[in-house]
Amino acid sequence: MEAGTPDLVKLEDLRVPGQLSGRKHVLSIQVENKPGVLARVAGLFSRRGFNIDTLAVGPTDDPSISRITLTLDGAVHPIDQVTKQLHKLVNVLKIRDMEPEETVAREMALFKVSAAVENRAEIIQFAEIFRAKIVDVARRTITIEITGSADKIEAFERMVRPHGLVEMVRTGEIAIARGHE
Amino acid sequence: MESLKAEGVTNVFGIPGGANLPMYDAVVDADFRHVQTRHEQGAGHAAEGYAKASGKVGVAFATSGPGATNLITAIADAMLDSVPTVFITGQVKSHLIGTDGFQEADILGATLPFVKHSFQVTDARQIPEYVHEAFHVASTGRPGPVLLDVPSDLFSTDIEYTPRTEPVELPGYKPSTEGNIKQIRIAAKALANARRPIFYTGGGVISGNASEELRELVASDQFPVTSTLMGLGAFPASSDRFLGMLGMHGTYTANLAMDRADLIVAIGARFDDRITGKLDEFAPHAKIIHVDIDPAEISKNVGAHIPIVGDVKQVLPKLTREYRALQTDSGRLEAWWTQLRGWLHDHPLYYDASTDGSIKPQSVVQTLHKVTNGEAIVTSDVGQHQMWAAQYYGFDQPRKWINSGGLGTMGFGLPAAIGAKVACPDQLVTCISGDGSLIMNIQELATSVTENVPVKIFLMNNGYMGMVRQWQQLFWDRRYSAVEMGGSPDWVKLAEGFGATGLRVDDPADLESTMRAAIEADGPALVDVRVTQEENVYPMIAPGTAAREMTEAPGLVR
Ligand SMILES: Cc1cc2nc3c(=O)[nH]c(=O)nc-3n(C[C@H](O)[C@H](O)[C@H](O)COP(=O)(O)OP(=O)(O)OC[C@H]3O[C@@H](n4cnc5c(N)ncnc54)[C@H](O)[C@@H]3O)c2cc1C
Ligand SMILES: Cc1ncc(C[n+]2csc(CCOP(=O)(O)OP(=O)(O)O)c2C)c(N)n1
Ligand SMILES: [Mg+2]
Repeated sequence: MEAGTPDLVKLEDLRVPGQLSGRKHVLSIQVENKPGVLARVAGLFSRRGFNIDTLAVGPTDDPSISRITLTLDGAVHPIDQVTKQLHKLVNVLKIRDMEPEETVAREMALFKVSAAVENRAEIIQFAEIFRAKIVDVARRTITIEITGSADKIEAFERMVRPHGLVEMVRTGEIAIARGHE
Repeated sequence: MESLKAEGVTNVFGIPGGANLPMYDAVVDADFRHVQTRHEQGAGHAAEGYAKASGKVGVAFATSGPGATNLITAIADAMLDSVPTVFITGQVKSHLIGTDGFQEADILGATLPFVKHSFQVTDARQIPEYVHEAFHVASTGRPGPVLLDVPSDLFSTDIEYTPRTEPVELPGYKPSTEGNIKQIRIAAKALANARRPIFYTGGGVISGNASEELRELVASDQFPVTSTLMGLGAFPASSDRFLGMLGMHGTYTANLAMDRADLIVAIGARFDDRITGKLDEFAPHAKIIHVDIDPAEISKNVGAHIPIVGDVKQVLPKLTREYRALQTDSGRLEAWWTQLRGWLHDHPLYYDASTDGSIKPQSVVQTLHKVTNGEAIVTSDVGQHQMWAAQYYGFDQPRKWINSGGLGTMGFGLPAAIGAKVACPDQLVTCISGDGSLIMNIQELATSVTENVPVKIFLMNNGYMGMVRQWQQLFWDRRYSAVEMGGSPDWVKLAEGFGATGLRVDDPADLESTMRAAIEADGPALVDVRVTQEENVYPMIAPGTAAREMTEAPGLVR
């Protein structure tokens, strides 16, 4: 047979798939609910030099399984390599790289904003626009609870920051697939 | 104990202490052989040597705290070289955990980064299940170390043991072994189209017991083969298809062949930086087929054009079948072989003859090959002697060459030899060591003597930590810093002090007879071979450079 006949694979046509996606990824990881599992996951990230942007851990509908939701930047990390390394942990059961269009992702944040009498009204107005809730009011501060995508929370932060942001606490994103799945 | 027996354990290595006393009480009546090493690190490396020589899981025991921390180097070593091992450590009593109790060390936490998996026993009833899971995880998929940490009170709790009937099932652990047949077909077709192919084989072929399957595949056509340090012996060094080892101290031909190849078939090899050198200049013309059981190895360092995730033992026969079905004309490889043969001829491994009457270290390895008919198990420590052993012994069979590649642990050689000898009592087990390395675990010579595990140590005594000296000479202007060994100890007396045979040789004319005498001596023997002191290992690819820029032995005339 002649080398290069059509049914042979031409070497020059072979490609390596790209490694960096260039976007943010939300990984939803089901792990066994056992002591030390979070340490294994977190240790793997630090050891391999993967930077976690946000991390949220909580129970699932099955008490033997916990879910870790984490976000990381696909412009710096090869997500494929990250998920393959995670899969090597025996306690990791399932990993889902959530498709942005098919995912509802939410995060909650608490903002403590300094609120003098003059700007109090304005801050309350921002909160209303963002459908946030005032959860505590003190003499010099207002505490606001807000839920939404990370983008929305960051937008809110930009609005209130000029008024004096005393403290901000964020949970990190959690995510669920849209539809039946 | 019952669970260990059920796993077919016949040998363990270890040292007792407070926290594993209950287990050692059971050792008295156990059906397996326990080898009492003199240091837990020795037990760990012996378990590795046992596993590498036999393919079975190596087991080591240690007590809590310092016993457990002494195992750490061996655990890390087993991780980097994918050695199937189970380490069972005692821990302080359950109620003392977390209180900085006597001899408490969080060994589970300390070893998290370099275990394949680990278990903390919290209830005695978990022990049988965890033991079976530990052996399963250690020995399947990509092999590796598993740690089982058992509080001492739980060792001595009586539990009901029901022999296990079903295979172990772990929901989060399912290695893929078969290999995707579509990918295998594409690989066969790419191979049929390659004009400058090369097989780059590694430790995975040995741990996967696929030496025969590799030989079959290579026999399908005129394929050239190179191997990593860890894969030596999977393909016979004496074959004319074998180009020698590749990498930092690999042969000119193997490295140039990788550099010029149009298709690299990586089989159970992980593109370590000792192979790739400067990554962006690695194999610039080649497409890559990568067969590995660990999906995370695929495209980790070097992108794979045709990834095949699976066990070499299952994948290689399929690839052979698919390739043979294509009935390719091997004439297309002739030009490539002309080139390869030219390189082999012009760029052999080379060293200058001795000018000062000293014994050349390379010749020690060649003489060892001669006096053992190339059939011995050879373990090694880490340094120049390790590279010369790899270059010059010429391994024709798998599981004969046992060394520490990934972690590069000095002190590995002697305990590993003991482990190998326990695994293969009928074979001659030799250890090639260096004066820097051997002293690091020399206490195990006592184990060799008292446990009646006779190993033969050939010490390449160059008076230096030679590998480091070579780097200081070549890259740090010959400013030697902390590399001289100062003439201590007297190795012959040391060997005799341990109850072994000690011999010394410094004249090349006596080398062979002295080596034979050591092999023929009863029991363990150590030969202090005085070798040329400032000899360097060549060829060498300087760190951070490309393969084609490698330096050959200065005396090699072309
Ligand atoms: C001083 C010194 C110098 C060195 N110089 C060199 C050198 O010049 N050349 C060199 O080659 N090395 C050298 N090394 C060793 C080097 O550091 C690496 O250890 C070595 O290159 C790795 O070998 P490997 O790629 O075969 O992988 P290994 O570490 O042996 O890994 C085996 C691979 O096979 C896979 N695998 C395991 N089982 C299976 C299976 N059943 N089926 C499929 N895949 C499987 C694993 O997932 C893994 O990817 C040196 C080390 C030292 C200490
Ligand atoms: C435990 C450990 N410490 C340090 C090193 C770094 N190192 C690598 S090779 C080497 C010298 C080895 O000396 P020797 O055993 O005499 O072998 P030679 O190179 O002289 O043959 C050293 C110190 C190592 N690999 N392992
Ligand atoms: Mg030395």
